[in-house]
Amino acid sequence: MNWRRAGIAVLCVVPVILLFRRGLTLDPKEILSPLPGKAAPQFSLAVFAPGQAPLDRRIGDTIQLAALRGKVVVVNFWASWCLSCRDEHAGLSEVARRYAGQPVTFVGSLYQDSPSNGTAWIAEMGGQSYPSVLDPRSRTAIDYGLYGVPETFFIGADGSIAHKIAGPAAPAVVMRIVDSLLAASQPSPK
Amino acid sequence: MRPARRALAWLLCIAATTVAGPAPAESQTIDTASQAPKDSVLEARTSAVAAQLRCPVCQGLSLQDSPSELAQSMRAVVRDQLAQGRTPDEVKAYFVSKYGEWILLAPEPRGFNLVAYAVPLFVVLAGGALIVIAVRRWTSGERESTV
Repeated sequence: MNWRRAGIAVLCVVPVILLFRRGLTLDPKEILSPLPGKAAPQFSLAVFAPGQAPLDRRIGDTIQLAALRGKVVVVNFWASWCLSCRDEHAGLSEVARRYAGQPVTFVGSLYQDSPSNGTAWIAEMGGQSYPSVLDPRSRTAIDYGLYGVPETFFIGADGSIAHKIAGPAAPAVVMRIVDSLLAASQPSPK
Repeated sequence: MRPARRALAWLLCIAATTVAGPAPAESQTIDTASQAPKDSVLEARTSAVAAQLRCPVCQGLSLQDSPSELAQSMRAVVRDQLAQGRTPDEVKAYFVSKYGEWILLAPEPRGFNLVAYAVPLFVVLAGGALIVIAVRRWTSGERESTV
């Protein structure tokens, strides 16, 4: 046996195997957001869909993230042309209603869509408990590193992004995250 | 004479209006001409930066090449930030801070990313070495057979 040749073959093959081992464990479609753990990008956006009492806001009102400091904020980017948004809509709406009266704010942000389409879609879906805002020129969506809808961001009471869900957000997952953020925002008993 | 004078006055007015008319247009042309190179420079800088950034909703297309709405919005952000005086590196850093390094079409040559730069070079060098070895063997074999 030629040990030199065997050594060269091993030197050539092992790095390739290691490279494949790393590459094959990665999901090429999964884009890790660098935002969790960082301060949430500020926004100040106008309401176009009021939501329902007691979470409703008047059409034209401005929702400012800075004004929500100290609360848990859930920002859901959606569009009327997005099929997956249909899957999560009823669940999110119901979860938002459950947290009424607690320091939690749900905001929908319309992504690359017209307000008339958004309003018609909400009516078709049977309403939305929380208000939705317009994001002109997708500036806020880009600030949040959005690459599709639906995407949901969870902002803690400290103003930093705690979690992001890409794709339809399951109600149980949303509640678990919101509960953990609410618990983290409570002052610890001495 | 009076009607003649009046007619002359009208003619002068009309002539003055006709001559004065193009003046604003000319000044507008000058303004446009001074604006055009500025815009074209900004557009060129925007294109250069957009060509280095990945369209998030496409398959391997840059912001520059993508017709998608998101890519157009992102190009507008690039243009606005450059117009505000940010450098191309600062604009790219903004997108990296939002989307991660994935947004760069060519990864920064550091850390594990170096593999992407080193492997093609290694393959070319190894291929060249194999060709040289094979050619030497063939030619030495021919020489031996002729001897």
